[in-house]
Amino acid sequence: MSGLSAKTRERLLYLISPIGLLLIWQILLMLGFGDRRFIPAPTDIAVRFWALVVSGELAEHVGVTLYRVFAGFFVGTVPAIVMGLLMAMFKPVRIFFDPLIAALFPIPKIALMPLLLLAFGFGDASKVALVAIAVFFPVIINTYVGAANIEKIYWDVAKNYGASQSVMFTRVVFFGALPMIFAGLRIALAVSFIVLVAAEFVASKNGIGYLIWNSWELLQVDIMFVGIVAVGILGLITSVLMQEIERKVIPWKADR
Amino acid sequence: MAVVEAESRASTPAAQRRGAAVDIVALRKVYGTGPVPIVALDDIDLRIAAGEFVCIVGPSGCGKSTLLRILAGLDHQTGGSFSVEAAGWAVENAMVFQESGLFPWMSVEANVRFGLMTRGVPEFEAADRVETALKLVGLTKFRRHYPHQLSGGMRQRSAIARAFVTDPGMLLMDEPFASLDAQNRVILQAELVRIWERTGKTVVYVTHSIEEALLLGDRTVVMTAQPGRIKQIIDVPFPHPRDLITLSASAEFGKLKLDIWRVLEDEVQRARAEMET
Repeated sequence: MSGLSAKTRERLLYLISPIGLLLIWQILLMLGFGDRRFIPAPTDIAVRFWALVVSGELAEHVGVTLYRVFAGFFVGTVPAIVMGLLMAMFKPVRIFFDPLIAALFPIPKIALMPLLLLAFGFGDASKVALVAIAVFFPVIINTYVGAANIEKIYWDVAKNYGASQSVMFTRVVFFGALPMIFAGLRIALAVSFIVLVAAEFVASKNGIGYLIWNSWELLQVDIMFVGIVAVGILGLITSVLMQEIERKVIPWKADR
Repeated sequence: MAVVEAESRASTPAAQRRGAAVDIVALRKVYGTGPVPIVALDDIDLRIAAGEFVCIVGPSGCGKSTLLRILAGLDHQTGGSFSVEAAGWAVENAMVFQESGLFPWMSVEANVRFGLMTRGVPEFEAADRVETALKLVGLTKFRRHYPHQLSGGMRQRSAIARAFVTDPGMLLMDEPFASLDAQNRVILQAELVRIWERTGKTVVYVTHSIEEALLLGDRTVVMTAQPGRIKQIIDVPFPHPRDLITLSASAEFGKLKLDIWRVLEDEVQRARAEMET
């Protein structure tokens, strides 16, 4: 331990609670508390996880789910960012979109699934559309708030130095809002996994959500847990990736 | 259009060019339309000669910043008019703000280039002019830095470079050195005067410091508060080029400073009395 830096040691300390929890879980089941057919031990899940990795089955479901998340994320966030910036720059745009957002945001997006199946069919498109709609709202709201709160002096500078509306949009408002946009993107990423897994429960024949729901119907509880663990790992990896991108894209915030 | 002008003036030696001339007539600015509208500026008449360095002093709330913002096109007057004659200059004016107003998401270089980018100056010419401007303020080594990595003095230097690079006929400066420490302020004041003496631009410089106004300017406009009016215009007799340190220690300087302080003191007292009633 002495060779490790203070930071690494601190990181290792963070592992104490999750590992401790898994140990207790394992020991209780080995001592005979609970029925291992319904509540698999961590080792049972790990063994099954590895088996699904080797057979390639897990990769297939993960691939499908990731494709839907990324496609939906892209389709939803790009227009959300553009609209959010336009709302901050032009009052008529704001007046038009504000009530729509207020009315549509609180609707549970999963309730739109039947409608989307009707519109886009049973394939990937309906799931991509659901993710896109779900991520749209947190991103447009964050973008708007970020752009609307840009300090007045930057608008003054831009105006005094001859910025056109398009320069204002691409060089000033967009970058000024960027930290808030990323806060929105982080929320949107979590939201996209949440709605997509739920949609895959009922409206899909593949993807991690399908894997979880199908194994529940077949009472393969260990596979169910493999699915849940897989979603958690995907969420963790993608959010770390997002933080890395944020550090690269916002250098003026990074080394404060 | 700016490009053509930039090329045509390239043949004119800098020393022969005089900055923009400004004529302000009966300018008035009122905020709010309710029962108690605030008269920020009232009956402002001021002629600024081409290439002149004019300082505007007054108590806070006397509308000196408002006057500058109107000249910069960031605000509109309620009444009266002003005209700016800036033929032969690429742009009419450029403003230097109190807090530098550098975009935090742009490097120093990109910030300095901003006013050229917005006006479509071609890349090779812009690079040249940015280089010259960075040299002028001694920041060539820091071109890749972001504003938060710079000291307050360096940020204001960048802001000055950003203003100069656009080749404005008139510089509008709103207490640009107010947030700097004393040493940095003296250094930057001296540099500003040096650059001004070389470029012949008109400078309108707003400050609340009488000393700063006398050190830098050819004329000092003393304003009153609420309504903001011109109380007195004082010709500053010190010749250029000036050595600011020696000048600030001289007896004549001290006497003039005292005179203006007497003028301003009444105003500060009156403004305070009005606020308390």
